Amino acid sequence: MIIIKTENVKKIYQETEVHVHAVNGVDLEIEQGEFTAIVGPSGSGKTTFLNMVGGLDTPTEGKIVIDNTDIADLKSNELIDFRLNNIGFVFQSYNLIPVLTAKENVEFIMLLQNRSKEERDDRVKELLEAVGLGDRADNKPSELSGGQQQRVAVARALASKPKFVLADEPTANLDSKSTENLLDMMAELNKNENITFLFSTHDQRVINRARRVITLEDGKIISDETKG
Amino acid sequence: MYLKLAWRNIWRNKRRTFITAGSILFAVFFAIGMRSMQFGTYDKSIENIVGFYTGYAQIHKLGYHDDPSINKCIEYTETLQNLSNNFGDEVTFIPRLESFALASYDIANKGVMLVGIDPEKEQTLTKLNKKLIDGDYITASDKSVILTEGLAEYLKLKVNDTIVFISQGYHGVSAAGKYPVKGIVKFASPDLNQRLAFFPLKEAQWFYGADNMISTITLSLKEHKQLDYIIAKLEGIINTEEYEIIDWKTMIPEILQQIELDSKAGLIILFILYMIIGFGIFGTILMMTTERRYEFGILVAIGMKRYKLSIIVWLEVLMMAILGIIGGILISIPVTYYFHINPIEFTGEAVKAFEKFGVEPIIPFSMDPTIYIGQAIMVFIMTVLISIYPLYVVSNIKPVAAMRG
Repeated sequence: MIIIKTENVKKIYQETEVHVHAVNGVDLEIEQGEFTAIVGPSGSGKTTFLNMVGGLDTPTEGKIVIDNTDIADLKSNELIDFRLNNIGFVFQSYNLIPVLTAKENVEFIMLLQNRSKEERDDRVKELLEAVGLGDRADNKPSELSGGQQQRVAVARALASKPKFVLADEPTANLDSKSTENLLDMMAELNKNENITFLFSTHDQRVINRARRVITLEDGKIISDETKG
Repeated sequence: MYLKLAWRNIWRNKRRTFITAGSILFAVFFAIGMRSMQFGTYDKSIENIVGFYTGYAQIHKLGYHDDPSINKCIEYTETLQNLSNNFGDEVTFIPRLESFALASYDIANKGVMLVGIDPEKEQTLTKLNKKLIDGDYITASDKSVILTEGLAEYLKLKVNDTIVFISQGYHGVSAAGKYPVKGIVKFASPDLNQRLAFFPLKEAQWFYGADNMISTITLSLKEHKQLDYIIAKLEGIINTEEYEIIDWKTMIPEILQQIELDSKAGLIILFILYMIIGFGIFGTILMMTTERRYEFGILVAIGMKRYKLSIIVWLEVLMMAILGIIGGILISIPVTYYFHINPIEFTGEAVKAFEKFGVEPIIPFSMDPTIYIGQAIMVFIMTVLISIYPLYVVSNIKPVAAMRG
């Protein structure tokens, strides 16, 4: 089942008299359950493309369809709701809410979805245990290591039961061990719960673990490899 | 969760919260202090000036205020004598019989207001015995007078000297009498200090040939803010076609105008104070908003609607405002209470300036609750207006631009 489909997506920035094609006609289909990395050098358009797929930015041209919804048809508030209910985000610098504990950070997304207390409590427990932080539920982000914070960020991304998770350079700030742990955990979630992961990265460790690797250069796909 | 998040957020940067709440606290404190001093001064001025002579209101025969004459006296009926039964101890009704007379001693003469008073009731308003600088206070059965200091000096009179009064009594009878001076009083008002003489009401009724008559009933109140209520109640008791009730604002309108003018000047100063402190608060809110743009971008990105984020930011500003306002009120209360009990006293040349206006040279602070509530509301409104800026930023935030910094 195709969950993400982009057609001739372009993002053009106008800088004085020069047009910069950050993304230049990307056609892509991502199936449910993929574990895919978008790679490429800095400035290749990975993050811009991911932002557009995540509904955070709008394409200058082209179409992005997520689970049969053309996100260009959504109004600003509808798009926020769409992101909340369909997309999980994991950022390079974790971006947890610093005043909330790990548990509350995960719960926060479900509060935005108006889920019941009971459901929230159960899912928080389940997710924190899944990312191996059941015993750190009451710690604030400042009391957790970078790797642990990123695990909480993954738990938060999954809390809303999204259709897929977009992870923008999720391992950029992590050491090798934390990176391996995080990738193990995400691979397990992908395998066991069929959660779709789409990474933007230039971390070879992530690339090695991805089952599909799409390479962008100058805003265009130059290769799309699926590992056997 | 929103409340929890907002509460925790304000303590993320304690210094910023203390600066913001502190600015609000000082705004409230200074505004309350200033208004309390102003209103305390007004209350004292009113109390002083009406206490010098006029009282908070007077009851006369209809038309007496516009054309005061001994011929417009009223009979001091039982209804009038028992008015206080309707009001308990909140009002004292003080009868007077007043008219003009020529005072003579040796070769000096001077036109004076010769007033018949009930010595005991008069104490509640003019407190003549406390104003005595020589001699003794009169009693109801005395046949002697009390003079104001300026008048005594003009006539070169001392206590126990005899003064002669000549006047026209009720319906044209001749009024003349000589009285020993029992005491000399000093009024703060230079005008009144030059021209008043008091003697017992019974003696005045005999002098003016106006048996059981009075010209005025003066009202002394415990709490001047009840004046309108008391007048309204009085109008239901006495016949308003026969009597008139004139309040101090009509008797001495220049005081009211002076207070209104001063109050407006005070409002301008308050406005400037609000502006200065408002910009201080705005500065910290601006800083907070700029620092947190990235965070706001993330929250919108992960699915938080802008209005929900606005509520949290607004709650944060609100909480800081409430902290500042409560703090401001809490530190204002003991300070204003202290100066309410121990008014600022002027000395030296400043005293003369106060006396020139006929008021005591003191500045008491008012403890009127409306001052605290009013200023708290003003500062609260100001803070809420300032919070429009972060709300505007949040409502227009673009996640990608915000996260890019």
